[in-house]
Order: sequence, then C-alpha cells, then structure tokens
Amino acid sequence: MKTLSKHAKEKIDLLLERFPEDRQRSAIIGALHIVQHENTGYLTAELMNEVAEYLSIPTMQVYEVATFYSMFNTMPVGRHNVAICTNISCMLRGADEIVDHVEKKLGIKIGDSTADGKIYLKREEECLAACCGAPMMMVDHHYHENLTLDKIDKILGDLD
Amino acid sequence: MKSIPENLVCFNTFEADKPWTYETYRKHGGYDAWDRILKGELSPEQVIEEVKASGLRGRGGAGFPTGLKWSFMPRLQPIQKYLVCNSDESEPGTCHDREVLRKNPHALIEGMAIAAYAMGATIAYNYIRGEFMEEPIPRFELAVKEAYEHKLLGKNIQSSNIDLELHTFVGAGAYICGEETALLESLEGKQGKPRFKPPFPANFGLYGKPTTINNTQSLASVPSIIRNGAKWFKDIGVENSGGTAQFSVSGHIERPGNYELPMGTSFKELLELCGGVLGGAKLKAVIPGGSSVPVMPAETILGCTMDYDSLQKAGSSFGTGAVIVMDETTCMVKVLRRIARFYMAESCGQCTPCREGTGWLYRMLTRIIEGQGELEDLTKLVEIANKIEGHTICALGDAAAWPVQSFLKHFHHEFEYMVNNKGRSIVSIDDEVTV
Repeated sequence: MKTLSKHAKEKIDLLLERFPEDRQRSAIIGALHIVQHENTGYLTAELMNEVAEYLSIPTMQVYEVATFYSMFNTMPVGRHNVAICTNISCMLRGADEIVDHVEKKLGIKIGDSTADGKIYLKREEECLAACCGAPMMMVDHHYHENLTLDKIDKILGDLD
Repeated sequence: MKSIPENLVCFNTFEADKPWTYETYRKHGGYDAWDRILKGELSPEQVIEEVKASGLRGRGGAGFPTGLKWSFMPRLQPIQKYLVCNSDESEPGTCHDREVLRKNPHALIEGMAIAAYAMGATIAYNYIRGEFMEEPIPRFELAVKEAYEHKLLGKNIQSSNIDLELHTFVGAGAYICGEETALLESLEGKQGKPRFKPPFPANFGLYGKPTTINNTQSLASVPSIIRNGAKWFKDIGVENSGGTAQFSVSGHIERPGNYELPMGTSFKELLELCGGVLGGAKLKAVIPGGSSVPVMPAETILGCTMDYDSLQKAGSSFGTGAVIVMDETTCMVKVLRRIARFYMAESCGQCTPCREGTGWLYRMLTRIIEGQGELEDLTKLVEIANKIEGHTICALGDAAAWPVQSFLKHFHHEFEYMVNNKGRSIVSIDDEVTV
C-alpha cells in the first residue's frame, strides 16, 4: 500500500533542492516533518519505509532519525499536540501546577493521549525558548505564553 | 541612575511597526555593509580584521572570538566551503535568538552573507530548531525570499562575482544539536551525535568540507560592526567583551524579557531595569548564562558586571546571557533536580560517563527529595559530577556537572537540611513533606 501523497512528494522534492545532489539523506528530517504532519501527528513504519524508498536510502537511516528527535512520534498519538514547558524558567513560574491542572482536567498523565484521540500531552524535556513568557506551552506548534489556569482552560476548550 | 543605552545592535529595528521587513531594515542602515562588499570596497581580509578588532565573541555560550574563528577557514582552497548558522536555541533560560529571527531576520541574513564572503563560503544554511516552525521560521524564510528578490543573494550577485545560496534547515527537537558537530551530523540527516575533535569543522565540516558554525546573535551583530566600525562596537562594551549582549531575563523577575545592553552592564543595573525581583522578594541566587553555567549566590552576583571576565572571576560564566533569577522561596534541591533531569533526557548516549552519570545524578536527587537520601549522597553527587566533567566527547557532560558542583558548593545546607528532614525543603513553610 502506498501512502506517501503526491503533495508530500512535491514538498520533499523542494527540500532536496537545498542539498548537494548525492546528499539526499539531509532531507530525512524535513521529509519526516512533512509526512508526520499529513498523518495527524505521528509516523508509521509504512510512511518511514516510503520516505526511505523515495529518497533512495536504507530504511534504517530513516528509523534512526525518527527515533532520535523528540518532535517525531513513532506511536499513534492524539491529533492535537500539547507540550507544557517544565524547564527551569517555567518551573520557577509555576509549570508544575499547570501540569497537575491539565492532567486532572484531561484525566491523563504526561506522555498519554486522551481516549477520544483528541489531545496528546507530550512530555517536554527541552526548554522551548520562550523563557521570558514563562510559564508557556506549545499547542500544535503555536506558542502560548504567560499562561494562567483560566487561559489554559480556554485554549484546550477551543481545540476541535 | 544613569540610563543604559538599549537595542543598539541586533534589536535596533524593534521600535518599528513591522521590524522584520526589508524596508524597515533598510531604513536602519541595513544592507549598507553588504552593498559596499558587493561594490568591491572591502576585501575578505579587511572584513575578518574588522570583526577581530571589534572584540565580538561567540554568543552561543563558548565565547570564542568570532573573527579568529573565521580566520581558521582555508579561504583560498578551491573547494566547496560552508557557513552554518546555529539557530538551534535551546539552552534553558535562553530565548533571544527567537527574537532576532522573529523581529530582525534581515540582520542575520546580512551577517551570514558577510561571514560567508569573508570565508569564501558559497552555500550557507541556517539550522533552526523545529519548535520554531510556526512563527520564527516563516519570518526568516520570508526575509530570505525578500533578499533574493532584491538581488542580495544568489549567483554572481549584482555582477560582483560573489555567489551565495542561503537555505533554512529545520531541526526536530534535540538539545544536543546546539553542539556544533552534532548540528553538522543533523544537517547531514543523521542522529545528532557530536564528533570527535580534531579534526575541527574548519577542516572537516559539513559533508567533509571546510565549515564554520556561528551563533545567531554573533552573525546578526556583524552588519553593525562593518557599518559602524570595529571601534564603535568594541567601545560599547568593556575589556575582553566587545559590544552588546542580549540578556534573556527570566524566573522570579518583575519584568522578564530580552534586553540588548552593553557588555559590562552591572547586574544591579540589569535587575533594576527589569523591575527587580518579582513581588519585591529577596534575591537568593542567579544562574547568569543558561542552565549549564554555575549558579551564583545573590551576594556574589550583586557585585558583578555582566561580561566574560567579571563572571568568570566570580566563579561562573557568561554563557548565553540567559539570566535566571531565583528568589528566597526557591528550593535549590528541586531546581537542581529539574536541571539534572534535562541533561539526562538530552544526553545523546555516546559517552558512558554522561549517559550513565546524568541518570545517576537525577535518581540520587529524586531519592533525596523523596526523603530517602543519606548525607554521603551529597559527596557522591559531586564525585559523579567530577567524573563526568572533562571525560566526554562534547561539553554536554560538563554542562551536566557544573550545576551539581555549584549548587552543592553554595547551597549545601539546603541539601543537608532535606536529607536530615526526610525530604522536607528548607523553604517549605508548613510541615507538609513536599515531593
């Protein structure tokens, strides 16, 4: 079964133009971003295999990348990616309370997705580089800064 | 108090309505330096000498003199050379590169162009962390498009015989890729695992070709240096610390934010500019340059100026200029555990001391917080840190060790109190055992 879309292939082709001819391996990270986005936020073995085939590289090289970088999910996750920054600057401004609140509200723990497949509560180890707007979280790549519990309820409530 | 000049270099467009556009940048003298180079008025040697004389040092954390780094490139060798900008900003506490990307991307593009010209590189990549996908990356890419449209990039630019293709590369979440050789591995499409050095990137870099990697702020500072002269830049700062620096001030502070200020601004002035400690509380400690650098007790940092020499003399480091402020209610054991967890999670796993040691540190600190700690653990923590430091391929090992050493050195009594009181923090106001 072929799942790599025509649109994804076109975007990968554009990426390849950025690298020397025999260096298509450099396009793996970008290609995985593209196919993960199209597949509602996670990668499957089929998709990774097809990326490898399309780039004419061994599948292992794609798996290595997919499992190393934290933005790639190799297991099914909820379609909205919610990452609460808990690193030092956010911790000092109350990130732990925010995590408690969100875990209770959604009824899941960090690292899990809600049963309806709506929200994935990502374990964010890295600092997200918005420390002056702490506490902050990233929802589907969008940065929400200077969070309060009310603000969070609204942001999560607005997700479809 | 005398007023401190703000936003002199990379933030100089920030007052404008749309600070990120080509028009705004031009109005602020942007691309003047690049125009002069395209007209043949400045040789690569002159550019390198100017940057050397400016006293600009790498703002990514190591503080290596930028001009000197450029001079290591085999400029005249007739092979492909690369320039790479490190916008993989992820040192905890640091968020000023994001500001440059969002609000003054053209300064970075012009800085990259000048650097590439000086080193004979005709292809440049800006490696930007993947989490910046929604706002900073499109802003930067739009600016690159504008620069191409205005014929400031490309082949034989304005018939100058200068070529430069500039591309964005989007990362995917890995602190280690901020280490320059890990970043190169990542650019090549591999796991971000640092390389042994030597060979250094200037000899064997991206795809095995001579490459120089510079930080976002370092490169975005270059156009101002060429435009206004090395002396102008150097004189803004102090001895051994030329120019301005961007301070990301976060934590327990009244007005957190990114402040571009002269090097050598005193900590007291910085604190006052930021409105003081949050809620007027008493200052306990400050991490002055991102989570990797040693923590400083209030009384030490209150006597420091914010520059390389002053902070080093006081036992810490300038790092990335990320100033993390902690008030008297902060539990230093818990802060250290959070830092330890970060390094454990971000260790790439290549070197045993770092891969195993960071986990030991985190688990021992957790044990102490859970009330199971013993006094000998405190000695053991420092011993483990000492055995990681200096025994790994890259500086992540050192970065994991320094917080442990410094927290235990300056706040030993807090750790001791917690061990003796079965996990209760010295700052807890009730009898509740805090986990």
